[in-house]
Amino acid sequence: MKSATQIAADVRSGASSAAAELERTLSVIAERNEELNVFLHVDIDGARAAAADVDARIANGDNVGPLAGVPIAIKDNLCQVGIPTTCSSKILEGWRPPYNATVIERIVAAGAVPVGKTNLDEFAMGSSTENSAFGPSRNPLDPTRVPGGSSGGSAAAVASNMTSLSLGSDTGGSIRQPAALCGLVGVKPTYGLVSRYGLIAFASSLDQIGPFSKTVADSALLLEVLAGHDPKDSTSLPEASPSLVAHVNDGVAGQRIGLVRELFDGADESVVTAVRAAAAALREAGAKIVDLSIPELELTLSAYYLIAPAEASSNLARYDGVRYGLRVKADDVTAMMEATRTAGFGAEVKRRIMLGTYALSAGYYDAYYGQALKVRTLTINAFARAYEQVDLLLGATTPSVAFKFGAKTADPMAMYLNDVFTIPTNLAGDPALSVPFTTGEEGLPIGVQLLGPGRSEARLFAAARVLEIADGRP
Amino acid sequence: MSDAISRDEVAKVARLARLILSDTELDIYTEQLGLILEHARDMNSLDLADVIPTAHPFGVTNVVREDVVTPSLDRDTVLAMAPDAQDHRFAVPRILGEAP
Amino acid sequence: MTLPDDWEMVVGLEVHTELLTKSKLFCGCQNHFGSEPNTNICPVCLGLPGSLPVLNREAVDFAMRIGMALHSTIAPSTFHRKNYFYPDQSKDYQISQYDLPINSGGYLDLPDGSRVSIERAHMEEDTGKSTHLGGSGRLAGADSSLVDYNRCGVPLVEIVSGPDIRSSAQARTYAAELRGILIATGASDGRLEEGSMRFDANVSVRRSGQPFGTRCEIKNLNSLRSLQRAIEYEALRQVELLEGGGVVRQETRHWDENLGETSTLRVKEDADDYRYFRDPDLVDLAPDQAWQDRVRAALSPMPAQRRGEVVALLREPSDAQLDAVEVVIDLGLEKYVHAVADASGDAGLAVARVANELAADVDHVANLSTESFVATVLMEQRGELSATQAKTVLGEVLASGGDPHAIAASKGFEQLSADTLGSTVASLIDAHPDEWQRYREGDEKLAQFFIGQVMKLTRGQANGKAVIAELQARR
Repeated sequence: MKSATQIAADVRSGASSAAAELERTLSVIAERNEELNVFLHVDIDGARAAAADVDARIANGDNVGPLAGVPIAIKDNLCQVGIPTTCSSKILEGWRPPYNATVIERIVAAGAVPVGKTNLDEFAMGSSTENSAFGPSRNPLDPTRVPGGSSGGSAAAVASNMTSLSLGSDTGGSIRQPAALCGLVGVKPTYGLVSRYGLIAFASSLDQIGPFSKTVADSALLLEVLAGHDPKDSTSLPEASPSLVAHVNDGVAGQRIGLVRELFDGADESVVTAVRAAAAALREAGAKIVDLSIPELELTLSAYYLIAPAEASSNLARYDGVRYGLRVKADDVTAMMEATRTAGFGAEVKRRIMLGTYALSAGYYDAYYGQALKVRTLTINAFARAYEQVDLLLGATTPSVAFKFGAKTADPMAMYLNDVFTIPTNLAGDPALSVPFTTGEEGLPIGVQLLGPGRSEARLFAAARVLEIADGRP
Repeated sequence: MSDAISRDEVAKVARLARLILSDTELDIYTEQLGLILEHARDMNSLDLADVIPTAHPFGVTNVVREDVVTPSLDRDTVLAMAPDAQDHRFAVPRILGEAP
Repeated sequence: MTLPDDWEMVVGLEVHTELLTKSKLFCGCQNHFGSEPNTNICPVCLGLPGSLPVLNREAVDFAMRIGMALHSTIAPSTFHRKNYFYPDQSKDYQISQYDLPINSGGYLDLPDGSRVSIERAHMEEDTGKSTHLGGSGRLAGADSSLVDYNRCGVPLVEIVSGPDIRSSAQARTYAAELRGILIATGASDGRLEEGSMRFDANVSVRRSGQPFGTRCEIKNLNSLRSLQRAIEYEALRQVELLEGGGVVRQETRHWDENLGETSTLRVKEDADDYRYFRDPDLVDLAPDQAWQDRVRAALSPMPAQRRGEVVALLREPSDAQLDAVEVVIDLGLEKYVHAVADASGDAGLAVARVANELAADVDHVANLSTESFVATVLMEQRGELSATQAKTVLGEVLASGGDPHAIAASKGFEQLSADTLGSTVASLIDAHPDEWQRYREGDEKLAQFFIGQVMKLTRGQANGKAVIAELQARR
């Protein structure tokens, strides 16, 4: 499977064409999508038109951008004009947005070819895609296991060689966790680096869009295209896209990297071993490894599971059967809204809406939501203190390799604990990525997580590249 | 069984959130939400009285746009999304009470 | 109608005003009253999944202008979400300022010298509009409703007064004065009939010296007259209820203009739990000193100051003259009065002509230059035009422009010569010896009689003041 960087180079040079790359993608999708349930919708006609457009522009001598002719999979919580966008929820079934997410505009302007919408946990709430109203996606590396979530479909698309790139969103680990479980690079950028305009909100103060790819360089390539100020998003950083690809091979010599106990304690043996091996590899490459403890991180799971549901309870209020999406008929408007929401939302979404509603309600706000916001402050301060000592942090992405279907569905708390290592950086708004490093049980991939202070993406990619090479992917 | 949230409170929250729960669901959610809230109480192990809450990790202020009119959506496109429309408006069944 | 002795009403007003921005509060859709339904809507104001709000700078400027005019403190503020399900609200929450409003504190001084405190003046977004089908067109009894989201997301400022108002008349004066201020800031057109200003009144009653009673809120009053009547009715209702041994229930009430009474709209419920929290899609707003200074520099004088400046031009103004000044200020036409005063003309006469003739044709004042107005008033003042002639000339200039001297000449409004006036007065004295005798003995009312007779004989060409001078000369 060619990397996105290679595809773009081939398409630009004439060694390949956007049409040829797309047809290859479509043939893999045709072959494996039924089994893996990766795409909820494949936009064959639209993708062919987009590829033909790229090829025509190249024939015309136009500069077609860094993603020329690269097929890309889109998580189905990103709005694309005229393309069914469901968030894997019955409540949005059949809805076709009349506008594009900013990231869609950007990748298309960069020459990429969006091929379709990938499965996710309903409204991005989950860690396995088992919460999708349209059935779970399967892990291409072992179809009896979950691909992770919530961006499980986008991870599976790349892991199954359907595409070399995909877009996900990460609220508490929804890119990094499936990347780890599917053996991919997955990046949660600095909050505000990538515009959220057109990303269907789960928890607005935590959500960020980011890339999946097989190689570190490909993620850097895609993130450069995604990043940069967008006037349509008030929480978009007021600065141009950073230079990332150019720094991928900067190495880690002289970097201080903190190995954070709270970011791998309690993980499976194989995962802990992988993290320690990663630390050794980074040391080998010239980094100074510092053992750190950040005890505040132990409270972040609790804070996250109040803050994210609180915001979600409000963000998901608009699905009321009045303007778009599902309506279940009833005699009066309140009964209609209740019937619609009751039929349209799945169990996990309802659970989080109720949790968030409760956390914000009169009499409980201070004890739950207010308290969680204070823990968020502590988390931010604790990370800031750590970054006074070190440049980057290292830990595990997930406590285990990919788990079997149904292993954690009975107990919400067990599923939530899967996010324990990824959540802290969302609360802080800082960037983090997962990069595959060694394998564990049954040869399944393990992801290690690199975290950095705001706007440190270039350094994160450089460190991830060191691990990529050390893991035998030069 | 946790005492963090009562069955009545779950019922009230469901009403606020416009969700209908069966008796069985009410039992299940009472237990599950109770466990999650129980876990959340570990935050109370800290003295947070003097900590300033952070609602948002984004430090930029005063983000504004100029007062410029931009094109609106085509009405037919928008109303085509509506479950029910009439006279160029979104139609809903009768509204029982005034807005608060 | 007044309350029985020893009862007092306690009233606070919440005034919503739409802001005169070109676009909506958080998106670029047109902010326009009267467009075809659902034509001014976009992903943001329609609350489509994935859309995000971005604050309109002009709305912030207007909000600050209002705050400055009300002597508020402009402070760092945030936007919250007020969560409740309702079909006219596209996101099922309203973006509003909550614990940190842009303007807090302040006051408004009324023309009678009383002061009403301002608690806050904050920004929020308006909701859509519902039309009810079946029944009587009202919500109650309707079979279904139709929603138009054109108004959804239109910027509002809500101005909340302290509970300082003690009579329905004072409430009306406050609302009128506030309306004048909002118009003067440029933030609002003050068009009550289009709903661009709406009043909610919190009314309670108490026996003098007692603590505040339970209050009721009367929602959506849309004229000054309704505001005053509704408050009057509601206060009396509460007094009667309490005197009859009843208790006032905290509730929202509706004012029926035709029936002239309020009725229960909804009782406050436990379910009114809005779960306010900071809107994570918006950032903190903290206008720095430079921004505030820029807004303040652009602020026009407020009605109270402008009123004072006009009144200062009048010698011992009568109540009628003060009312006329009110009209002048309300219409923002005081430049005509100042121009006359600057030309050493009669400001009182200028006020009267503006409050009557100009007010009657306010849509065409652009046709009338201050120079033309001054010229006309001076001609009248000098007796070259009678009052009737001056009004005719002003009417003509307002309707189609032109030079007042030329118009007066073309109409044949020549000055009545002193000789003609003298002989006319002499002939009238001869014809009415009894009246003349009584006038000479000090019955001033008869001056009007003679003026009327002169006017009749001269077909309005005489100047009233000149007639009085002639009469007095012969007395």
